[in-house]
Amino acid sequence: MSSKPQWLAFGGVLLLTLTLLSLPPTAATRIKQVVGGVYLPLFGAVGAARELTALAADAVTPRRVLRRRLTALEAENRRLRIELEQARTAREENRRLRELLGWRQTSPWRLKAARVIARDPAAWWRTVFINAGLRDGLKPNLPVLAAEGLVGRLGTVGEVTSEVLLVGEPKCRVAVVVRETGENGVLTQLAGGLWDHRLVTLTHLPRSTRLQPGQTVYTSGLGGIFPAGLPVGTVVDWRTVGYGLYTEARVRLLADTSRLREVMVVMP
Amino acid sequence: MSETARSLIFGGLAVLAVFLAAAWDLPRRWLGAPLDLLPPLLVCAALGRRPGGWRLVAVLGGLARDSWSANPLGASILPLYLTGWFLHARRDLLSRELVFAQLTLGTIASAVIPLFTLGLVMTFGPPPVLGWWLAGQWVALAVTGGLLTPVVFRGMGRLDRWFAHPVVETSAFRPDREILRGRY
Repeated sequence: MSSKPQWLAFGGVLLLTLTLLSLPPTAATRIKQVVGGVYLPLFGAVGAARELTALAADAVTPRRVLRRRLTALEAENRRLRIELEQARTAREENRRLRELLGWRQTSPWRLKAARVIARDPAAWWRTVFINAGLRDGLKPNLPVLAAEGLVGRLGTVGEVTSEVLLVGEPKCRVAVVVRETGENGVLTQLAGGLWDHRLVTLTHLPRSTRLQPGQTVYTSGLGGIFPAGLPVGTVVDWRTVGYGLYTEARVRLLADTSRLREVMVVMP
Repeated sequence: MSETARSLIFGGLAVLAVFLAAAWDLPRRWLGAPLDLLPPLLVCAALGRRPGGWRLVAVLGGLARDSWSANPLGASILPLYLTGWFLHARRDLLSRELVFAQLTLGTIASAVIPLFTLGLVMTFGPPPVLGWWLAGQWVALAVTGGLLTPVVFRGMGRLDRWFAHPVVETSAFRPDREILRGRY
């Protein structure tokens, strides 16, 4: 252990580590993107293999199953058409009322679909990587959704891949409102037990809260990153903290972030 | 197989191990933690004759892991390197043939490396997500790392045999002991 070449090599590695750790964030991000770029062909190959598997599965699906699925989808389509008509009427009414009150019109969301290609190999972060980046018009801090609800926001955006900071990550705080009570709070970080990764802490709630389990939590639009009205989760339980000064609740996220395959980025 | 080729293979496998941990979702769903092959590879490389293999695993693997992670860049290199160095320096005292020894070394390495990395992350970077679930993930990482170590040893042994010259079978026949019969 005391031979000179060993110590020289260790000195070199120590120097490399300290240099890398003290790099400015932009330089470190650039190096990460360059090293990560080596893997892109591998991720492309995995994506192609998945698509081929899906195609093969489609090819062997019996006609009877496909017909049953088609019938179910047609029924759902009819129901959704009715709901769409109702939503159109409500939106039109909303527009007229906004005009009457002189409020600014809200712009509808534009969504960009992307596939989750990788997850953080370190266990102590809640980040995933998607196969869209600057080339697709993405920018840092854009909200990311799944079909069930809010997933997180974009962190570092590379040329063809982007990092998504999931809800529960300390760097991804979300200003929310409890729909039933109108109380505002902030989703901070994971509050789960040993295995539950969908429980996050909702803090800064008033002391005299009227929370009930099952109440729904939506983004409040405060803070400027997340637009108002994105579904986030449901209240599980709550307790008073800070010697009774304020209330903290646990919220179960609607989107299961451990099973994400496709996400949608809310474009500006 | 030459030692240089063996070291390069270890380096390549380290890069692939990071890809596997990032892209393969199934172990994460079942165990709650990714399948981390870097510690088993490091143990296998560090118990070899030359230091090139574990050094490449530590530097390339650490750099690759930090590139696909929110870790500060470089945080994974030093824990891997120091663990590899420790094992390599004491390789004469450590048993490497027995499966139980491989399993124990793999478990210890898989438990120590994340702890050391977490310490560096908390020192140099933003605060990570901590909680009881992380303790569960740490146990899962240690156990799966331990179980994978004998598999890595087996795989590398097979690879060695593929690339090595076939062993010449020595015959029990000795010409100097031959009993010659007949007339001389």
